[in-house]
Amino acid sequence: MKLEIKDSPGQLISALKPISDVGGNILSVIHERDPEADGGLLDVQIMCEITKGALDTLLSQFRAQGINVLRIGEERFLVRRSVILIGHLIHTDISDTIDTIDSTGYAEVHELSMVMPAINEPSSAKMTIKSDSLADVNRALAILRDVARDKEFLIIEPLEGN
Amino acid sequence: MRIAIIGFGSVGRGVAEAVEANKNGLRVTAIADSKSGIIDTSGLNVAEILETKRTTGMCGSPDVTVSDIISSDAYDILVEVSPTNADTGEPALGYIREALASGRHVVTSNKGPIALKFGELRTLAEENDVMLRYEATVCGAIPLIHTIEHGIAGNPISRLYGVFNGTCNYILTRMADEGLTYQQALLEARELGYAEADPTYDVEGIDAAIKLVILANAVWGMKKTLDDVEIIGINRVTSAALALAEKEDQTIRLIGEIDPAGDILRVSPSIIPKSHPLVVQDTLNAVTIETRLAGEITLIGKGAGSSETASAILSDLLFICDCYGRRD
Repeated sequence: MKLEIKDSPGQLISALKPISDVGGNILSVIHERDPEADGGLLDVQIMCEITKGALDTLLSQFRAQGINVLRIGEERFLVRRSVILIGHLIHTDISDTIDTIDSTGYAEVHELSMVMPAINEPSSAKMTIKSDSLADVNRALAILRDVARDKEFLIIEPLEGN
Repeated sequence: MRIAIIGFGSVGRGVAEAVEANKNGLRVTAIADSKSGIIDTSGLNVAEILETKRTTGMCGSPDVTVSDIISSDAYDILVEVSPTNADTGEPALGYIREALASGRHVVTSNKGPIALKFGELRTLAEENDVMLRYEATVCGAIPLIHTIEHGIAGNPISRLYGVFNGTCNYILTRMADEGLTYQQALLEARELGYAEADPTYDVEGIDAAIKLVILANAVWGMKKTLDDVEIIGINRVTSAALALAEKEDQTIRLIGEIDPAGDILRVSPSIIPKSHPLVVQDTLNAVTIETRLAGEITLIGKGAGSSETASAILSDLLFICDCYGRRD
């Protein structure tokens, strides 16, 4: 999100504190002084992870403090997992495979890169699935495993750490 | 202590040579192969028998059978290194039962009996106050069982995973490094003697799965069989898949995993960062043990080969000597 705050000591911290108060996780803060700007206001860009409900609380808090929110960009589905698929992916309707994940509502296929082999040979593809949480990615993968069983292709998954 | 060696192929011969070179109070008093046997309670001349085996294909007289040896008083420890039968464990299972029941220690490299009847055999050993050691059944020269039972004794183990099959690791390494197809890499592995003429057992993940069964039963006291393992081999992995992984500094390895809390007992090709300690080259094996106190411990070493297997057997033999106070 992009905020407008007063150019006076302590203002930045008072803009950041409410984010952690509502349980948000700050990923980055860009705070640049523009020598051309006057009027005593500064633009600050903050990237953070925050739940939908907490965002509303945060925005009303900003309003109460007189901080202007200039823009909020929302990106959903921050958790990603890539798997490799091997088999007759095209002939078993790859778009149907993708739809199965996209239609869950909680996960989507973010990227697919495929290597086409000789005719009648199995093809290989890397598929990246993204979602809001690890649990949802795992739910989506479980669905993909079922599809793989039906369509007889192989899924190679990442070795999970701790 | 006196040793009877059952099975005189490359592993049995390796054990005989290692025992002769090591001494330490160990003495070979009986040897049997599939066609013959020889007993001398005062100690056999191993060099002579190795020569006889080399020239005639037999280690002793056709009149001396394995049963003669097992039922004799000529030995204190049975070294059972005959070929593995993964379906029934026989005839090795019968030999091991008889030796334990008559109060002899048993050291084996034979996966069949240990994977099929570990609980029964361990109980039998305990009842007769003798030891059953099987380090050589899992990952060849790597002291995995010893590390778990003694090296990190007392540590609750939460998870165990790794590369348990050198043949598959060789094939995947070559596919990744040289862009070989699966068939080309398999052919190369065969030419180098890393893969059997019928590679099914290795490439379909069965060998790795048997090792997982042994570890699940031995480390956690589970009662698992081969049917409980979810098994996917490497025979469908393409070089294109390895190239896709490579683009992100990752690769593919056949990983065996036991995670009791997650109810996971599985062998499958897995994507793994190239910087991961389990990404070992060629025919090496590597196993990570996740423990509560010690954190993660990764062991890497040769998983097959006659001298490597003999190394595991020799250490089991000397461990028994230590426990029973007779290493000279």
